[in-house]
Amino acid sequence: MRRSLLFTAPILILLFLSLLIQPLTSQTPVEEPQRDYEFQEENQECLKCHGHTYYYYYNDWIEREVKERMNPYCIVDSAEFYISNHWNFRCVDCHSEDYADFPHAGELRMEPIYECLDCHGGDDHYAQYNFEGIDEEFHKSVHSSKHSEEFTCWMCHSPHTYRINARTNKNMQEFILYDNEICLSCHANTSKYQLLTTLDNPNILDKHDWLPNQGLHFKNVRCIECHAEINNDLLVAHNIQPKEKAVKRCVDCHSKNSMLLTSLYKMQFTDQRSLTGFSNAAMLEEAYIIGANRNYYLNRLSVVLFGLVLLLITVHAVLRSTIKHS
Amino acid sequence: MEEKLYLYPVWVRFWHWANAILCLLLILTGLSMQYSDPEYPIIRFDWAVSIHDISGIILIISYIIFLIGNIFTPNGSQYLFRIRGYFRNVTRQARYYAFGMFKEENPPFEITKSNKFNPLQRFSYVFIMYISMPVIIITGLMLLYPEYLLHGVFGTFALHTTDIIHVVLGFIVSLFFVVHVYFCSIGSRPLSNYRSMFTGYHEKH
Repeated sequence: MRRSLLFTAPILILLFLSLLIQPLTSQTPVEEPQRDYEFQEENQECLKCHGHTYYYYYNDWIEREVKERMNPYCIVDSAEFYISNHWNFRCVDCHSEDYADFPHAGELRMEPIYECLDCHGGDDHYAQYNFEGIDEEFHKSVHSSKHSEEFTCWMCHSPHTYRINARTNKNMQEFILYDNEICLSCHANTSKYQLLTTLDNPNILDKHDWLPNQGLHFKNVRCIECHAEINNDLLVAHNIQPKEKAVKRCVDCHSKNSMLLTSLYKMQFTDQRSLTGFSNAAMLEEAYIIGANRNYYLNRLSVVLFGLVLLLITVHAVLRSTIKHS
Repeated sequence: MEEKLYLYPVWVRFWHWANAILCLLLILTGLSMQYSDPEYPIIRFDWAVSIHDISGIILIISYIIFLIGNIFTPNGSQYLFRIRGYFRNVTRQARYYAFGMFKEENPPFEITKSNKFNPLQRFSYVFIMYISMPVIIITGLMLLYPEYLLHGVFGTFALHTTDIIHVVLGFIVSLFFVVHVYFCSIGSRPLSNYRSMFTGYHEKH
């Protein structure tokens, strides 16, 4: 009886622990603030066509209503737009009021398109975002140097959908996913990728097959952690590096001076770097990074215990040897 | 002529050395990852991860062999003891190691075929093999597949808790490893117990 109990003990422990295993549930979604959509009705005049893949109009020539396919590059997802940073804009704040006429006049195609700095540059109100610094870093990046001028901010940050993320999103998983989707919108989408280049779009999974726990890394860090040069003046690095310069050394993140503190965890990481307790505690809310998160007390205790054991062994061995010889 | 006892059958010896090599690899790679430093890498981090993962999986297989072997062979009975009064026996054995052996006293418990471990050995082996190992294996598997964690119990700190349990037990196993290697030198001759684990024969004092 006792024998069978002893053998079944590990199995019972395994079973008990396995009952406690549950899939990691998603984190609590961040509540959206209440918004008063002032221009929803006015914008609906545009979105009734541009918010859909098809639009309808009365064709005077053939005297009947027709259904036409909308140019996919001219579709605006209204749901995305109204949670974006520009949610309280009228369409005509950025586009010509002449668009009110349908069919739209041909010369409107030549309408200049605003860029970020046209509105955000040199404005103290946006100083904290350092748009000028972002622009400077972007121009150093491969996105700028390897492509023509058509690679603008809009390639990654659509004015119709972009929403501020790194500063405001408290849900780390959501924040990482959002940022990575920006990269993947081209790098995992051949048709969009080939708008800019005739090169083959490399398969992201194959290119990263050297990375241990690939899925875990993809879910828990952003692409830019390894592919962009950190700039201390910017919250989000914009200087995307050539692939040869990508971070490949595990210990750059998996160590006490983890570079993630100056990138992914820049918002959480302040100067309050504790000498005791967990090192890099800023990360602990969201992740546990082997090599980067160590506990001061456990470290000290383990050194003391190990030292004590070695000391006892040495004393014992010396005594054995001395007594034997005497 | 020295009296020899056949105590360690082939499967026990084979398991023992496999277990020793795996534990050593796991301890070294575990230490290397836990204290990883770009300036002073013990083992390259990605190598350490791969070696640790592979060794861990082989250790699970080796542990299952150990369990099965102990269920179906008499070796299992070596790990059984009556709790009542056992502490006294452990203390006697510890006292022998601390004082008795220096006064050339005889060991308090004779090694026989049916009793190949002294009480201190038996207690520590049961603690390591039947308590620490299952927990270290479970937590190791959780860290290998971190999407399945003790989330419901420990909330967002599941990963930390699992890792701390794993690392603390790993540390205890590493202490056991060092002490075990040293105590094996206490035999009829300093190397005789190590030799026993190759030949299967225990040399009596």
